[in-house]
Amino acid sequence: MYKIILCWRYLHTRYIALASVISVTLGVSTLIVVNSVMSGFTYEMQHRIHGILSDIVFDGHGLEGFSDAAWHMQRIREVAGDDIEAMTPTVHVPAMLNYRVQGRWVHRQVNFIGIDPETYATVSDCTAYLQHPENRKQPSFKLRNGGYDVYDHVLGEESPYRHGMEVAGWPHRQWVAAQEKAWLVAQKKNTPELAVPEKVGKSDPFSGIETPQLAAESDQGVAQQWGPLTEDRIYNKAVEQETGIIVGYALSQIMGRDGDHYFMVLPGDDVQLTFPAAGTPPKAVSGSFTVVDFYQSKMSEYDSAFIFAPIQKIQQMRGMIDPSTGLGNVNSIQIKLRAGADLVAVRDKLRASFPPEMYGISTWRDKQGPLLAAVQMETAILNILLFLIIAVAGFGILAIFFMIVVEKTKDIGILKSLGASGGGVMSIFLTYGLSLGTVGSGAGVLLGLLFVRHIDNIRHWVEVLTGQPVFDPSIYYFQEIPTLIQPLMITWVIVGAIAIAVIASVLPALRAARLHPVEALRYE
Amino acid sequence: MSNVSPAVRQQQQSKSQQAGSLPGHAHDAAPDTVQASESPVAILAARDVRKNYHKGQNIIPVLRGLDVDIREGEFISIIGQSGCGKSTLLHLLGTLDHPDTGEIHFSGSRVDNIASKKRDQLRNETFGFVFQFYHLLPELTALGNVLLPLMIGHGLFGYLSNRKKFRSRAVELLSMVGLSHRLNHKPRELSGGEMQRTAIARALINGPRVLLADEPTGNLDRKAGQEILNILRNLNVNKNLTIVMVTHDEGIAAQADRTVRLIEGRLE
Repeated sequence: MYKIILCWRYLHTRYIALASVISVTLGVSTLIVVNSVMSGFTYEMQHRIHGILSDIVFDGHGLEGFSDAAWHMQRIREVAGDDIEAMTPTVHVPAMLNYRVQGRWVHRQVNFIGIDPETYATVSDCTAYLQHPENRKQPSFKLRNGGYDVYDHVLGEESPYRHGMEVAGWPHRQWVAAQEKAWLVAQKKNTPELAVPEKVGKSDPFSGIETPQLAAESDQGVAQQWGPLTEDRIYNKAVEQETGIIVGYALSQIMGRDGDHYFMVLPGDDVQLTFPAAGTPPKAVSGSFTVVDFYQSKMSEYDSAFIFAPIQKIQQMRGMIDPSTGLGNVNSIQIKLRAGADLVAVRDKLRASFPPEMYGISTWRDKQGPLLAAVQMETAILNILLFLIIAVAGFGILAIFFMIVVEKTKDIGILKSLGASGGGVMSIFLTYGLSLGTVGSGAGVLLGLLFVRHIDNIRHWVEVLTGQPVFDPSIYYFQEIPTLIQPLMITWVIVGAIAIAVIASVLPALRAARLHPVEALRYE
Repeated sequence: MSNVSPAVRQQQQSKSQQAGSLPGHAHDAAPDTVQASESPVAILAARDVRKNYHKGQNIIPVLRGLDVDIREGEFISIIGQSGCGKSTLLHLLGTLDHPDTGEIHFSGSRVDNIASKKRDQLRNETFGFVFQFYHLLPELTALGNVLLPLMIGHGLFGYLSNRKKFRSRAVELLSMVGLSHRLNHKPRELSGGEMQRTAIARALINGPRVLLADEPTGNLDRKAGQEILNILRNLNVNKNLTIVMVTHDEGIAAQADRTVRLIEGRLE
């Protein structure tokens, strides 16, 4: 009883001890903030990685792929049985994306993926990342007639406005088509042998683009005369589209540091894709495609690399279809498991049934293993470093407790003369350490949780005060710092901090317990 | 001042002198005494106690083969110059310290070598200490200080379940020493005499059998000191409490039943 009372008295008469609590508080709150942000990142990343990947990827090695996806899917179903919810074949091929900006060709290296639009949505969440509301309901490789998202559909109007997306779709395509016509007209006019007589028109809005003076004189008439040209009658860009592709959001645009988007390609534009055909040595084949939508998984690695197209088109262009059977080769089969199925167990079962030299079978975690492992390692190292902060706080407690024991020497003598045992005196200081640890970690948890809750406001203020961007949304496409609070982690942090406080009070407590009562009473 | 008549005091003194002359044979002396109700057994005794202090290389002998018998119900004062080892003797009697050689007996059994747990219990329940510098805990009120031995002696639940009873006992003791109006004052708000009276109440809370007082009036003016002595005398007479008082003041020592002198590490 006296232990608790004295401990309580010491707690609120010795404010210097509370100062040592501050370091515990800071350590605990930092640990909580860092862990919450790290697990928030991990969670978001896993979510995004998994969103675009199916649970298990069944890969044939190489670009040739394997034939008869239906037979393979049959075999997979025989092996894994009930755990399989859905499967879809895909073709993966490295490719080069070429498009023209202001008359200059831009090339990007991409991962070109042929998917079956009917079934692909059943194995992955990719449709949720499309940028047209109708496509999110029912994905399609047909260009839409406008209505693309001008804001991030998850974040709403708080996200930056996407300049250009309001005209995306057919309106943009028609505008581009008209512009190209105008340019061609201007070209022909500059070349005397191609020049055709024309009347001066007024209504064409795109007249001033290339050579304003010439165009102003000639547009209308040329446009009218351009119409009947043979080339245009075969393929009218203004009303027809090439095979549709869905392009990773980051491929389409550059993102400014302020989070603004500058689109280089919009839905409705035509782009060139070059990729190797099947066969050895691979020959490059190129094709023209129409961008029909973007997808934005917010996983920058995917958003800046993936382009989806209908699988038949790729099989056809690459020559992957066996003329005798009509069956197309595929590179891989994406497998979705039913909820609650053991990912690793199914993977191992499949690995046992298919020869490894023919097929690679991996889970989505395996695919991003190094990334997830790196994040995990970073978290672990940060935890160790931050626990050292609390250990430093422990030494502060140690020093201050020694001071208090010296200050209280006489009182310890009194307690002993009144019959208090060494253990009793020791437990005063251990309880003291325990309460300091509890108070410190309690305050730390509160502070940490508050910090996590208002982390974006705090980031904002730090940015205003320092003028330095603390968190660059263009790296991860997070508008906000993701956080995830794990109760288990908080429990461990509290237990660790309290343990350190108690351990730090052991030495002073032992010293107090061993004080000789007579020496202590004589101490003035 | 004293409630004890000179005659009684005379008897007590002669009795104790008898006992002192026959160490170890207190039982034999018992039938001869007039007051049979008062047990003649030495409640506290030192046998050939030696104690040295070490100051660097030098060994300073303080007690050199000291013998003393303190009878139950006796008010004895030990007088000596400062630094002669009076306080050391008191600490040895109260088991706060170990003698280098020799034995301390309480109620007929040796207590200087018993387990520390038992010694703690002995200090808590059987001995009451009163010090020159009061030695109250500054964090606690007068009431809290008086309750402290009870808190030490009882576990959390034992204390909490009896706390009303304990509190009323503490209030009673504080009233007895005239401090019923100072219950919730911290020691720094009390005068020296009040602090010493609080210390006496604290020493009495567990109903001790021996009160060990180390210069209880040493830091007080004459009036306050006399009040303290009156309280001690009343306790001795009314409660038959054995009191061992150490002092350097002849006048104060003379108020005890018996006075022994500590000279050169031995009692005379």
